[in-house]
Amino acid sequence: MSLHHYLILGAFLFTTGIFGIFLNRRNVIIILMSIELLLLAVNINFVAFSHYNGDVGGQIFTFFVLAVAAAEAAIGLAILVAFFRNRATIDVEQIDSLKG
Amino acid sequence: MMVVDFIFYAFAAVTALAAVGVIASRNQVHSVLFLILTFFSTAALFVLLDAEFLAALLIMVYMGAVAVLFMFVVMMLDMEADELRQQALNHLPLGLAVGVLILIELVVVLSHAHGVGQGAPAGAPVSNTLAIGRILYTQYLYPFEVVSLLLLVALIGAVALTLRSRRGSGVKRQNIGHQLARTRGEAVELVQRQPGEGA
Repeated sequence: MSLHHYLILGAFLFTTGIFGIFLNRRNVIIILMSIELLLLAVNINFVAFSHYNGDVGGQIFTFFVLAVAAAEAAIGLAILVAFFRNRATIDVEQIDSLKG
Repeated sequence: MMVVDFIFYAFAAVTALAAVGVIASRNQVHSVLFLILTFFSTAALFVLLDAEFLAALLIMVYMGAVAVLFMFVVMMLDMEADELRQQALNHLPLGLAVGVLILIELVVVLSHAHGVGQGAPAGAPVSNTLAIGRILYTQYLYPFEVVSLLLLVALIGAVALTLRSRRGSGVKRQNIGHQLARTRGEAVELVQRQPGEGA
């Protein structure tokens, strides 16, 4: 099992996340889940490089990415709940009050 | 070695299919469940890469906290996913073009990545958790502290964003001054009723 297998899996996950943002660009919840997929792809790359280079530092960075992803999910969903309370929709194309 | 290959391909296939399920399923609850499956099979891949601590962390933090958070929000908002997907197919060509382009770029760049991954995988003389702990609290101490601050900010921010004042929305509170200022005259009324009349 070589490093490239893991890198290609990470690339596929990253592409899936980007494609998900385009495909579901009106639904904020799916967009947040797509962002989680992007971060997961980065994590797979970090851990794979860490393993095949014999350096634990990559896993430390995965740890930080996990923390940032958790904070991002919490804040994103809180904003989503507050927005839904005010406007009764989560359609991205209706979030344009600050457009001027 | 064949067993390890088989396990890798099995979990990689589950990861990829579940990721496609996250973005393609019509029901948002199914999307969250596919997300949980993606994280679970990725945790299995981390075990294959000798990163047991991160695998446990992924299961605890993501499947235990983040996925449950997503599930709560999906059920709380109760949106009709279909009406949000009405015009989703308009963006399909652009999304496909960008996605395929990025996939091709990544595969080309990564498959020409010489010089990395050529060394033999380092055998771990100590356990993975011990190795992480040894450098997390020495070499990466300040980033670790900054991450704790970040989580605190996220905690306070999430509470501040969603906290709603309940005042004046039907919740009864005790006002002691108001209670003490009442007199007998405004609180008690004496009425005369004849027997058999009812109240």
